[in-house]
Amino acid sequence: MIPVEYYLALSATLFALGILGVLLRKNALVVFMSLELMFNAGNLAFITFARMFETISAQVVVFFVMTVAAAEVAIGLALMVEIFRTKRSIDIDQLNSLKG
Amino acid sequence: MLIVFFVLAFVAVGTAISMLLTRNAIYSAIFLVLNFGTVAILYLILGAPFIALSQITVYAGSVVVLFLFVIMLLGAERMPGGEPLKWQRFLAIPLIIILAADFAINIAREGGKIGMVDLPIKGYGAPADIGEILFTQYALPVEVTAIILLVAVVGAIVLAKVDQTGRRRDMYKREQR
Repeated sequence: MIPVEYYLALSATLFALGILGVLLRKNALVVFMSLELMFNAGNLAFITFARMFETISAQVVVFFVMTVAAAEVAIGLALMVEIFRTKRSIDIDQLNSLKG
Repeated sequence: MLIVFFVLAFVAVGTAISMLLTRNAIYSAIFLVLNFGTVAILYLILGAPFIALSQITVYAGSVVVLFLFVIMLLGAERMPGGEPLKWQRFLAIPLIIILAADFAINIAREGGKIGMVDLPIKGYGAPADIGEILFTQYALPVEVTAIILLVAVVGAIVLAKVDQTGRRRDMYKREQR
């Protein structure tokens, strides 16, 4: 028997680490990986509640989240390759062309 | 049971921290695979075998392979060191501490009251059950997801078209002057 709040604490920790990566890292690819970490943390909390309330539907929702995340990764990495080809860098501090 | 959970939680948090700290993006991707693997085992413990195996095939399989492919294509393992945005770091760390404290307070306040989860009974969350719900109750979302994936594939192809790149690079260089 594992208390539900342990899973929630793990999920919250992973989520906070993901935000930390998004805010602090400069390599756009690592920022992207941190985003995936946050998706994962959210999914973990979702599955925990699915188990707690014994609903299969919540697992289906997690499946949809994973599908959309995969689509997002495909688009995001294509954008990143394109940015690299144009600017020769994926340092997110360099992406300031829209700055007034 | 608790020991298994703590070992998995330790590995998951450890790999997440290592992913953030390592300077080499390839090591970050490898740590990410480990993290996804441990979370997949947690899904198995929570009675979601279908989600656990999708996690391994979709995340640890294709997504991370895509990441590794792009890292090696761009040669972006190591970023040239520039000066980091100092004010951003000073702002980010207190904000993260506030967020973590918020999570901790809320989880501690509800601690012991939420409930316990045990190992699932045999056959709980079987792929056949998931498939049945997926194609009856959630048939419309499945179709919408299919369209999202199609748009993503078409978008990725359009973005990666080579003949547009030269024009964009010229525009960017003109702007730099």
